Amino acid sequence: MAKSQRHLLLNLAGILLVFLVLLLFERHGSLYQVRILNNMAIFITLAVSYNLVNGICGLLHLGPNAFITIGAYTSALLTMTANEKMMNFIIEPLIWPLSVVHAPFVLSLLAGGLLASLFAFLISFPVLRVRGDYLAIVTLGFGEVVRVLCNAFQSVTNGPLGLKGLSPYTNLWWTWGVAIFTIAVTTKLVNSSYGRAMKAIREDETAARAMGIDPFKHLLLAFLVSAFFSGVAGGLLAHLITTISPTLFTFFFTFNLLIIIVVGGLGSTTGAVLGAALFAWGGEALRVVESPIDLGFLRIPGIPGMRMVIFSIILMGVIIFARRGMMGRSEFSWDALWARLHRPAR
Amino acid sequence: MTATILLQQLINGISLGSLYGLVAIGYTMVYGILRLINFAHGDLLMVASYAAIYGVALFSLPWFVSFPLAIAFTGCMGIVLDRGAYKPLRDAPRISLLISAIGASFLLENMALVVIGGIPKGFPRPAMFAKVIDVLGLRIQVLTIYIPILTLIFLAGLLYIIYRTRVGKAMRAASVDFETTRLMGINVDRIIAITFLIGSSLAAAGGIMWALKYPQVNPFMGVIPGLKAFIAAVLGGIGNIVGAVIGGFLLGLGEIMIVALIPELSQYRDAFSFVILILVLLFRPTGIMGEPITDKT
Repeated sequence: MAKSQRHLLLNLAGILLVFLVLLLFERHGSLYQVRILNNMAIFITLAVSYNLVNGICGLLHLGPNAFITIGAYTSALLTMTANEKMMNFIIEPLIWPLSVVHAPFVLSLLAGGLLASLFAFLISFPVLRVRGDYLAIVTLGFGEVVRVLCNAFQSVTNGPLGLKGLSPYTNLWWTWGVAIFTIAVTTKLVNSSYGRAMKAIREDETAARAMGIDPFKHLLLAFLVSAFFSGVAGGLLAHLITTISPTLFTFFFTFNLLIIIVVGGLGSTTGAVLGAALFAWGGEALRVVESPIDLGFLRIPGIPGMRMVIFSIILMGVIIFARRGMMGRSEFSWDALWARLHRPAR
Repeated sequence: MTATILLQQLINGISLGSLYGLVAIGYTMVYGILRLINFAHGDLLMVASYAAIYGVALFSLPWFVSFPLAIAFTGCMGIVLDRGAYKPLRDAPRISLLISAIGASFLLENMALVVIGGIPKGFPRPAMFAKVIDVLGLRIQVLTIYIPILTLIFLAGLLYIIYRTRVGKAMRAASVDFETTRLMGINVDRIIAITFLIGSSLAAAGGIMWALKYPQVNPFMGVIPGLKAFIAAVLGGIGNIVGAVIGGFLLGLGEIMIVALIPELSQYRDAFSFVILILVLLFRPTGIMGEPITDKT
């Protein structure tokens, strides 16, 4: 059997295994476990697409929360029925075409992703002209601008009130389906000539240019793909928590994604997946430090914010002492696994 | 709109702008030497304000002792920040340094949240700053006049240090080339520490004045002023200290005037500065006073 064929079969078997585990949890798992699994898949989608810009292209992009917001609002406005919209928009009515359109969930997700990509395209001209710290600040600023606009455009976003009572369409199959699709597309892209060009730009832009690579074109491609999946994930998130407001997607959200990809290893899709899974599980496990602890004789009140302190310390610790993170820039591969399993006994 | 109101807003704008300028100086100094946006710089405003509050409330010091102590404390925090978060990464890729800066910023904010709590604290405002006087029919808080004057005094002092002293000469050398500076027998790490000390002290002065102007102190109070001050630094030409102050004045004036002239835009006030940033980067990336930015290796 050819190597590529074998890999395809192994990949399919892996996906099948994931789906069997999901089926098990859907049938027998508690609501809490299902919730964590959903979060995990959404974080995987977000981290993998974020890593495409930050890790593979080496641009410190700090505005994925803007694209998540755009995706979440677009998708939510499309799935809500006209009646639900009337109930929500009590201060200022929703403007005309949006007040009547209604689309099935899958179309709303696509629309969310596409609109996020459109916005990414519009801001790519100022953003991709600059590098490094400037790029970080401009994208951060874009995130802030989107938040300000969400608060101000009451007749589109319902302002600070947000949108409530969305139908909980998101389930394990949607979140993990999208996550696996994102991983597949990103891996394909990274391993293509486009991906190699992106890595070349990351390592040395001048040298890449001398090789005939157009940085703008390649970075734009990464930026658009990343924004698309962020938008889709935003739509999934909106229909998972069923309530969205401008305060939900602040810079905190971006900070969490940054921790995920740094801990996983900047530039590794496998690392992003592992980091996201660890974060979704660890973030819940760490809730202990914020809840009141009762030792019978001693009662320690909960300390809100403690988790973020721990996360910040983890981020700085990893970046200072273990810059490569968990995976460095290496990826999971069946061959490496095979070689490891069949290592001669010592 | 009458001339009086216009004049009033002009004074408000200059006052706000000089605060941005004061904080922008720190950004621009650190950027000049390390080519790094010190993301945690804005949070030093918060550190200074809390230090001042605790000086007055906990140790019952008079304000004229507590405020300078808070400024000194924040200056030392700046050095700690450099030693802890940036010095280990001097030879690391730029992206690592920036991520460390973001981590440091979040650490400061959330430490404050854990230790002090999220409920805003009132800032003890000495009566002499809160006084309102009548000038030509305008009712002006004296603080509004003190802020720009103090900013200009600080600026003059800073320019003296940078252009007339040996330390300043070393700082200018370090901003051009680390290696050559080292060859001249200058301890670059010490110069960087001094840069952080001065920049952070100025941020602290800005923070205390900010708290006097808007007497609500919370762990996240430094985020937005920090971002705007950074934009002011870019607007003025990053690396240029006079430019930073001019950028601050322009940004503060622009922000107040836009809202004063077109009140419908007041909701977009926070977006205004980012639009300015994008326009500057598109059409004049070097800012008003800046020279082309060179990569430092």
